[in-house]
Amino acid sequence: MSYIEIRNIFKIFGPDPKSALELAKGGADKDEILSKTGHTVGLHDVSLSIEQGETFVVMGLSGSGKSTLIRHLNRLIDPTAGSISFGGEDILAMDIPALNAFRRKRLGMVFQRFGLLPHRNVMDNVAYGLEIQGTARKDREAAASKWIERVGLAGYETKFPDQLSGGMQQRVGLARALATDPEVLLMDEAFSALDPLIRSDMQDELMKLQAELHKTIVFITHDLDEALKIGDRIAILKDGKLVQVGRPEEIVLKPANDYVQAFTHDVNRSRVLRAKSIMAPISETDSAATTRDLPTIQANALLRDILPIALANGTAMTVLDTNDTPIGTLSPQQIVDALNG
Amino acid sequence: MFPEQLNVPLGKWVNQFVDWLVINYGAAFEAFADSLLTVLVALEQVLRGTPWWVVLIAIAAITWHASKNWKLVVGLVVAMFIIGTLGLWDKAMQTLALMIVATSLSVLIGIPVGIAMAMSNRLRAVMLPILDTMQTMPSFVYLIPALMLFGLGKVPAILATVIYAAPPVMRLTDLGIRLVDQEVLEASRSFGASRKQILFGVQLPLALPNIMAGINQTTMMSISMVVIASMIGARGLGEQVLMGIQRLDVGAGMEAGIAIVLLAVVFDRIGQAYGKRSQRNPNAEDA
Repeated sequence: MSYIEIRNIFKIFGPDPKSALELAKGGADKDEILSKTGHTVGLHDVSLSIEQGETFVVMGLSGSGKSTLIRHLNRLIDPTAGSISFGGEDILAMDIPALNAFRRKRLGMVFQRFGLLPHRNVMDNVAYGLEIQGTARKDREAAASKWIERVGLAGYETKFPDQLSGGMQQRVGLARALATDPEVLLMDEAFSALDPLIRSDMQDELMKLQAELHKTIVFITHDLDEALKIGDRIAILKDGKLVQVGRPEEIVLKPANDYVQAFTHDVNRSRVLRAKSIMAPISETDSAATTRDLPTIQANALLRDILPIALANGTAMTVLDTNDTPIGTLSPQQIVDALNG
Repeated sequence: MFPEQLNVPLGKWVNQFVDWLVINYGAAFEAFADSLLTVLVALEQVLRGTPWWVVLIAIAAITWHASKNWKLVVGLVVAMFIIGTLGLWDKAMQTLALMIVATSLSVLIGIPVGIAMAMSNRLRAVMLPILDTMQTMPSFVYLIPALMLFGLGKVPAILATVIYAAPPVMRLTDLGIRLVDQEVLEASRSFGASRKQILFGVQLPLALPNIMAGINQTTMMSISMVVIASMIGARGLGEQVLMGIQRLDVGAGMEAGIAIVLLAVVFDRIGQAYGKRSQRNPNAEDA
């Protein structure tokens, strides 16, 4: 069983969700239920398993239910039907004190428009989660200082949120979420409000942090490039329904339907595809014969890192696994085909 | 002519209700009135007993604390000084005491009610028409039940003032809390803050500019009502205006009117300065 288990979640907004729930379970779609009952379907039979330590991205356009979904994980929103568990523990069964304790100890959340407390300075914002837990001032400020420095804001401790740029504010948001050392980091369009260069910096920063911290990260975005860049796995939502779940290469190489295909059309494939997903596999018997004298590349190498090697040599390449055993070959033609989709 | 059979004897019912209140709860009202009166009399004695220049220094200090603006400090001290030169210092201190007690009571009642309104849509739906009624009813009308319950004097004047002046602080506390950014609230909840931690750590601090505006309006309304309440025996500047009307002494009425306006200006400016201050970050560099 996975760390976070989401099973058959329905969320219906409106005065009498139960009545519309029957329709939804009977297979009626969002528009039909809206016209028949006036209820809005937020999530339609969503089931997901999220593993400990992975970066799980939920991607969808506005109205797809992605923000609703992430709010179910800390019960800012309760589902109409379905179950959610963390490490085998049913979070929907928790009463208010248990829920607050769960939120304090195990979750951190980062918001699209930062959600900083405007009347508190950077230090007090970052220390907020610890303050809620009742940590002594000295201890929480020590922890907060560490994280403020870690996100590159040392020296800004006494500034207020409105004195900082958007990127800096979101660094405060990130430090605040990490200061309580949560198991799970929920990020709701955390970088969407930032301009492109800053956004890219923050993505790199997050990936660097994650390489050290190994948190379970649930990241919401409407940007497929962002999803492909940071996600270990990606779930695509449309109109409250799950369309596809898979690793970035799977999404790009085997889109589940035209909707996903349309998204992946403009993606820069060289940043997503890896040698092993496009190579021609070789069997052990003929490996010695075919791979001699060819340049070698790692199975996990991204296409953009392989391209210079391919251009310099103009020949096929041998793909090596982590033990340096040849497992396949990659020809320039295969690279061209992969890039063209 | 409207048929007489359809007349509803509302006036009679209200009289019966007030009679019933007086008969059954007279002792409780009296005890309440006594304690309120004790506070008021003590405050009045302090204000009237303090030398005028000490009061001026106190006003200057409060204004400086609120605004850090020398021009305003000088202006407000001059305004208070003019009240003295009109020969109305003692009366102004009586009005001031009434006003302070009435405003404090309004705020003490108003802020918790405003918080409750922000928490419950149902309570808000009930309270809003009541508040509308309280504010639109001619203020003289409040004098009657207050008079019947407490007789002539300062206590009914204060109560009528509280009924008239409490709505703004209730409304603006409610509004201020409801205007707090939803994402900030969500952030606070997502960290596991309890309702109490959210109220005192997030909602009230962020609603403070609105609450201060409400307190300022409440103060202004209580000044105007304290003047009207002189008709049922409140002393002070209002008494002087009433005397001017009764004796057709335009000059005396004018003097008292000017003193009331000056007093209102002083409290409005101080209230606004505190309101502005609450909008700023306490440690921001431009503070």
